[in-house]
Amino acid sequence: MTQCSPISRVLALLLLLLPLVATADSDQGGEKEALPFSDLTFPEPARHYSAEQKCVQPVEEMRKNHMKYILHQRDETVHRGIRTRRYALEECVNCHTAKDDEGEYVPINAPDQFCYSCHSYASVKIDCFQCHATKPVRPSTLNTPESNAANSTEKLSNDIRQLLASEGQAQ
Amino acid sequence: MKLSMNYREIEGKSAGFWILLGGLALVIALAGGATLYMEHEGHYVTGMNNQIVWGMPHVFAIFLIVAASGALNVASIGTVFGKPIYKPLGRLSGLLAIALLLGGLIVLVLDLGHPDRLIVAMTYYNFKSIFAWNIILYNGFLAVTVVYLWMMMERRMNRYYRPAGFVAFLWRLILTTGTGSIFGFLVARQAYDAAIMAPMFVIMSFSYGLAVFILVLMASYNWTRRPLGDAVLFRLKNLLGVYIAAVLYFVLVFNLTNLYATEHHGIERFILLDGGIYTALFWIVQIGLGSLLPLAMIYHPTLGKSRPAIATAAALVIIGAFAQLYVILIGGQAYPLEIFPGYEVSSAFFDGQVNSYSPSIWEITLGVGGIALALMIVTVAVRVLRFLPESLEDAAVDPHAKSA
Amino acid sequence: MSESSKLADAARRNFLAKAGVAAGAAAVAPGVFLSTSPAQARPADEPVSSAKRWGILVDTTKCASDCSACVSACENENGWGSSEPNSSAEQKAHWIRSVTIKNKATGFAKTLPMMCQHCETPPCVDVCPTGASFRRADGIVLVDKHICIGCRYCMMACPYKARSFVHEDLHDQKPWAPRGKGTVESCTLCDHRVDKGEIPACVEACSADNHNALIFGDLYDENSEISKALKAKDSVELRADLGLNTGVRYRGI
Ligand code: SF4
Ligand code: SF4
Repeated sequence: MTQCSPISRVLALLLLLLPLVATADSDQGGEKEALPFSDLTFPEPARHYSAEQKCVQPVEEMRKNHMKYILHQRDETVHRGIRTRRYALEECVNCHTAKDDEGEYVPINAPDQFCYSCHSYASVKIDCFQCHATKPVRPSTLNTPESNAANSTEKLSNDIRQLLASEGQAQ
Repeated sequence: MKLSMNYREIEGKSAGFWILLGGLALVIALAGGATLYMEHEGHYVTGMNNQIVWGMPHVFAIFLIVAASGALNVASIGTVFGKPIYKPLGRLSGLLAIALLLGGLIVLVLDLGHPDRLIVAMTYYNFKSIFAWNIILYNGFLAVTVVYLWMMMERRMNRYYRPAGFVAFLWRLILTTGTGSIFGFLVARQAYDAAIMAPMFVIMSFSYGLAVFILVLMASYNWTRRPLGDAVLFRLKNLLGVYIAAVLYFVLVFNLTNLYATEHHGIERFILLDGGIYTALFWIVQIGLGSLLPLAMIYHPTLGKSRPAIATAAALVIIGAFAQLYVILIGGQAYPLEIFPGYEVSSAFFDGQVNSYSPSIWEITLGVGGIALALMIVTVAVRVLRFLPESLEDAAVDPHAKSA
Repeated sequence: MSESSKLADAARRNFLAKAGVAAGAAAVAPGVFLSTSPAQARPADEPVSSAKRWGILVDTTKCASDCSACVSACENENGWGSSEPNSSAEQKAHWIRSVTIKNKATGFAKTLPMMCQHCETPPCVDVCPTGASFRRADGIVLVDKHICIGCRYCMMACPYKARSFVHEDLHDQKPWAPRGKGTVESCTLCDHRVDKGEIPACVEACSADNHNALIFGDLYDENSEISKALKAKDSVELRADLGLNTGVRYRGI
């Protein structure tokens, strides 16, 4: 092992990161650990979900589990026609796209934008945007407390909580 | 049974060996490049479109898969039907089956719109789909054949090899039936809607697989200068003759039954009379060059004993096989769907027209790459493991000489 | 408990408010809209139910030969049509197309729209190896593009040529109609609109042009306009010999 290809270096880096991710929620109290990927910079979201909460779930939760929410919502929407908006990918795009100097939206999957800055850093390929729109097209329905409530019925959140809980047990 | 047969790796040191390997590797690399290009750009760079949705890659893939099942036939005859003269050929037969199947599957997978979702194909199953069943059948075939080969090649396991051979034999029949059913289930298409598709594919597999087997056998014995006696070779070529005739018979029945059913008259007319390229391929290549000519050569009193003629006949069968699959697959799709019987139909989406297809160089390269991969596997395997008997001389294979 | 019912109530209020806006907008257009609007808004968190089955009746006697309003409306709504610059004409996607048929015996010609017929026993679903093709409880046949591997077996199986494969990278898709390279797609019966209680774009466009050749509605509801129309006069399903019990039916052929 005299030489080390870029790929194996990235892999080694990921391996080093793994325990970090795994222990992220186990140490409470004391000095607050930096979240994984905190050193990356990407555009601030255009809006916050509510006064108390930035995203549709606490940021720590979203960093770790955003894909589970999106995946669950995907199956609910495609197969069962459930159209709640809270975990809809379109709403992610609505909030997290940034505008360039001319005031035009930059596609969310551009290299330095919200999704890809992290995903390319972590070498996790996503193909959401082969099919999904990468810029806001219609206004968000998650702006008002009232519509937020309408879009996040207890039932669905419970579903997801159960899903996450059962997955947590399985691990 | 006495195990007097000696199997040995080929030497694989000659320049010819390395040229062969290098050539195959080059073709595989080209095919890899073509695939990357197609996947990166999307299928618009191919000749396939929304009218002809399965193109050249499928012709190659289905040929390889069908031939794989047929290649194992030689081993089955030795094991299941207890014909001793076929036994020394069992190992090569199993190896060829595995290699051809892998080559075919790779081509099939690489032509998907999303080859990157192979894991999806392996984890989401719709058990109503004959296609999903085929995925299981193919994987099972690989496993069964590997076990079968192991039992043949490992002395301690020899006593289990008959049952293993039986399983492989049955599995193979089911597999080809499954492949044929991929078409048989397409009730909407006049060209395919026939139960006879499945058994026809079984017979086709015998013929294609044996032709490939004969060619590979002759080449490997010729190039390694190992003796290959007339007893084995003539037995195989006579068998090939029987299979060619059987395929012809099935093609005849298939077309006759179609002529009997009024709703199939259109497609029959198209293939047999005025389908242009498809009619030409059917009559000239499939029937003429691919069936009648090799039949005549095989049973000809002098030609039938000439080795170049036998090799040519086998090659012709393979060419005919490609023509046959092309006619079934592409011709079947080129013929317009009958949605409004009794009406002349036209639209911006090519309704009511004979669809055209011209395969792109990328698709053909991918397909040829599948063949190269199969041959590469065989070449490497006979180099590192004991697949080929040292001699297939008449004295070595003739059971009577031994049993005395 | 009370918390959750409050939330659900809010959801319904929200929908009623939106439905009100939609109705207001519709009232500006010719009155047909209101009478053809077949669906009440379903709460966003409620799954589709098999108590309904959506369908379309195509009255070919009303379909104008030079009209392609339904096709353009579908292109605009779902973003296909001009999205594939590299693909040849044979390779471009078609969710709905206008077909001209001419009686071979009499020479009488007419046009009609063809799209996914939303079969009750869809061959495309039967053959799909991964289950990406599926039939929603309310009868709409869809492709789950997340698990479609692009094998095109469904296209081989569909008797109506209703499906298309996307041959190249796409950009600027509509958020409500995701579609992309390497997957198969077809008419969704505008599921995103139907789920909001609206009618498919093609049906709306046909009415807006005053042809009224398309009636959309719930085939299971005896009192829906489509059920009444089907009961009142003759209609056929295409390739009836296949016994697929299609959701799209035709009158006048
Ligand atoms: S019309 Fe074709 S695509 Fe639509 S449900 Fe029937 S078989 Fe499937
Ligand atoms: S192309 Fe997609 S939807 Fe069609 S059969 Fe294959 S996996 Fe299923």
